[in-house]
Amino acid sequence: MTEIVRAASAGTLESSDAYVEIEPAGQGIEIQLESVVKGQFGESILAAVRETLAGCGVERARVTVSDRGALECVLRARVEAAVLRGRGDC
Amino acid sequence: MNGKLVKTIREAISLSGLRDGMTVSFHHHLRNGDYVLNQVMAEIAALGIRDLTVSASSLFDTHQPLTDHIRSGVVTGIQTNYMAAGIGREISRGILGKPVEFRTHGARASDIASGQAPIDVAFIAAPSADHMGNCSGKFGKSACGSLGYAYPDAMYAKKVVVITDNLVPYPLQGWSIPETNVDYVVPVEAIGNPAGIVSGTTRITRDPVGLVMASYAARVIEHSGLLKDGFSFQTGAGGASLAAADFLKKIMLEKGVQGSFGLGGITGYMVDMLQAGCFQSLLDVQCFDLKAVESIRSDPRHQEISALHYAGPSARSAVVDSLDVVILGATEIDTAFNVNVHTDSNGYIMGGSGGHSDTAAGAKLAMIIAPLFRARLPIVTDHVTCVSTPGRDIDVLVTQGGIAVNPKNGELRQRLLDAGLPIVEIQELKARAEGITGAPKRLPRGGREVARVLCRDGGQLDSIYHTPEEAE
Repeated sequence: MTEIVRAASAGTLESSDAYVEIEPAGQGIEIQLESVVKGQFGESILAAVRETLAGCGVERARVTVSDRGALECVLRARVEAAVLRGRGDC
Repeated sequence: MNGKLVKTIREAISLSGLRDGMTVSFHHHLRNGDYVLNQVMAEIAALGIRDLTVSASSLFDTHQPLTDHIRSGVVTGIQTNYMAAGIGREISRGILGKPVEFRTHGARASDIASGQAPIDVAFIAAPSADHMGNCSGKFGKSACGSLGYAYPDAMYAKKVVVITDNLVPYPLQGWSIPETNVDYVVPVEAIGNPAGIVSGTTRITRDPVGLVMASYAARVIEHSGLLKDGFSFQTGAGGASLAAADFLKKIMLEKGVQGSFGLGGITGYMVDMLQAGCFQSLLDVQCFDLKAVESIRSDPRHQEISALHYAGPSARSAVVDSLDVVILGATEIDTAFNVNVHTDSNGYIMGGSGGHSDTAAGAKLAMIIAPLFRARLPIVTDHVTCVSTPGRDIDVLVTQGGIAVNPKNGELRQRLLDAGLPIVEIQELKARAEGITGAPKRLPRGGREVARVLCRDGGQLDSIYHTPEEAE
């Protein structure tokens, strides 16, 4: 399991990017999503964030995503970068 | 007679006889730098006049105080050709009881002239005027160049008030709107903020996607069969459209094509084309940057035209009827080539036709230039959120992923294929975009009509419905 030990972030608020913040949490995954395409892609964005976190072995974290219309590959990369910056062993 | 000069805007409003329920009008050449609409509406509100309709050739976000006048009942109707996103969002949430009436630039002029959209009092923001009301946009600290959209207001409103921050001795030289139309003249400190009136420079895009689209666009024109002596052209002020004009200029100079005229909202890039010999003249209904203002002031080949002359569907003829090629934008285009420029993909109003439908209807080749997707939203959809310009008037869609030709244009399609351009079906462009972005879920639309999009030649083209807050 990857432990998130400090607040970290990745990405920007530019159009077609996403700004992802991650911080330690007591239990489980909590995601707050704000997106310019929430109506069109909200569910798939949440699923992509969950999947990326699981892929990185993160089981406990509070994640805030401010999405400006990022493609899914961009979104996954931003989440992964935030995890690497916030985890204990780096 | 010396009776036209009035000390304050409030006095001019009182003298004009403005009463509850009437229609007041404004033009938008001062764009996001305009002070006049807000100054006049504040005085009208202070006088206790209510239930007014505002007829504005366009509304910008600097006009946000208008939403307060709507809430307080001073304004109960809006007619416009374009509405920026800030005001558009509030209208989309349903703050106005009556649906907004959206027209095209040409249709507004025609409807004012015919009396279908009558104006009681027109307020003309004039960068220069004399005390009898001869006025011009070419001179003064707030110079904006052409006053094209203000002509029908000045000619057909029951009362006309000129508001200026540069009162000059009679007679003003080189007037646009003559004193014969003007009832009152009000000198004020400032009619606008020069920084918001015109851009210092409009720039071509450096974005590689934009440059690919621009290069395709120029090559479509090159091989359309229209690029020959006498060629005429209009393009917008967007980065990719300007880049397309720049590519086109190189092709015209290389081939020695002597064009006839450049039309529209004019930018410095069109002025460059005039000066390089690509065109005999520029026909200008609105200036977008300082270079265009300087050119219309000093170069007799650069001529001011009224909105009716530009695009009026009821005119005996309008310049758009002689136009060869126009490059236009889109927020969405559907597989039947219908174009949306009124709303974003969430349904919020953020624009309007302006001259989009007018030029598309008039031009021999109407080209839409747009990326495959913006901020994860594909440009090509099955059905646009709002039909601003009907697909029958659109000939070609240019994206970075290929060029789609409206099936009605078999001959053009063959020409472009022969030239080796990447021609694809519009459905294929939709599929390609969705392959990258994923398929967007279609949003439910609200139940109440907040705006009507009127057809340039009469009737209603589409409705815009209110957008509930949950859409965000």
